[in-house]
Amino acid sequence: MSATDELPGTAEREQPGPIRHKGPGPAESGWVDPRGRGHGGRALALHRVTGLVIVAYLYLHLGVLSMLLIGSSAWGSFLSLVTAKGFLALEVVLIAAVLFHGLNGIRVALVGSGLAVRRERAMFWAGTVIGTAAVIFAALHILGAL
Amino acid sequence: MSTEQESRRFRVYRYKRGDGGERFDEFDVPVGAHTTVLDALRWIKQHEDPSLALRHSCLHASCGTCGMQVDGREALACVCSVQDHGAQITVEPLANLPVLTDLVVEMDGFFARFPHEHPIIRSSGSPAEGDDGEAHLEGDHEVALDLPSPVALHHHPHHDRHRAAPPAVDFVRLEDCIECGLCLSACPVAATSHDYVGPAALAAAERLLEEPRGVEREDVLAWASRPEGVWRCHVGFECTRACPADAIPAERIMALRRELMFGGPDDEESER
Repeated sequence: MSATDELPGTAEREQPGPIRHKGPGPAESGWVDPRGRGHGGRALALHRVTGLVIVAYLYLHLGVLSMLLIGSSAWGSFLSLVTAKGFLALEVVLIAAVLFHGLNGIRVALVGSGLAVRRERAMFWAGTVIGTAAVIFAALHILGAL
Repeated sequence: MSTEQESRRFRVYRYKRGDGGERFDEFDVPVGAHTTVLDALRWIKQHEDPSLALRHSCLHASCGTCGMQVDGREALACVCSVQDHGAQITVEPLANLPVLTDLVVEMDGFFARFPHEHPIIRSSGSPAEGDDGEAHLEGDHEVALDLPSPVALHHHPHHDRHRAAPPAVDFVRLEDCIECGLCLSACPVAATSHDYVGPAALAAAERLLEEPRGVEREDVLAWASRPEGVWRCHVGFECTRACPADAIPAERIMALRRELMFGGPDDEESER
């Protein structure tokens, strides 16, 4: 055995070192981590999350509609369930997700095509204000305060 | 009058090959009003643990070698004040690049994002003695394509670590960029796509549109429009936020997209 073989780390010298990633898990989760992110990174993460929520809702919606095949009694009992306050609150969350995804999508489309790049921050905050106002209005309307 | 020295607790990422994997070590470091993270790390190295490895050079945000993550955000340690952070400061190496040891990452991973056909990879020319005894630029240094990438240059026989400094003909620079790698570390897309060439390479390409220096615009745009180019960006603007040199990589990527889609700069954007 040569002297260099005895040095610590000699055997591992040619192996690549670990790659640090943001996020709670593997590299693919890096976009989720809000640590150190600005409005753009957080908007990107929320855009992806709301996109997944909307797709999940689409499939759920199609599944629920299939209850019509069972009969009017099944549909009636389901309606009484979804008009409860708890389910209506979830509807407000869904509206918030759709509004964020849509408004941020307009911002991403405009900025991502090279238009109004310098106004991307202003568009983000304008969308946030408009979306928040719309969600408050929808919540008051759906929950019966209006 | 109190003479008690203010201090911060540093959680420092540690990794040595063959030394049991990754871990964080904690150090209490005395700090002052102007102490930077780099000052603190050098204090640790001098007073607590000489084995702590870090890379730095100029101490004034010019060389780009001391890039790291401080409390999860990319920064040049030499200009990152500890006063902007809390009682405990977590220091990690840059993300998305392989760690060599402790806070030092392998920058080949950054330069590998510049494929050899990147239009900005070119010889800078070298002075050569002419018959008149004066220095002239050797060769056609406007030729931009089909030259070796920095990675290839790094492994060039002339760059053998036991030899003297490489000849000037091999120097390659990315204009408007200090090559610190902070943008690549901050980019959410680079974490999930090793094919994505990244903000620095795209910003360098857009720079060529502003100042072509003999490079064909069509070559730049053709390179940028490949699947692993501008269309991989998801408009997070984290690269611009991280960039210590104000190279505005995200804005340059959007300018490339606009050029590709509409064939010219926006009047508003061209005013910058």
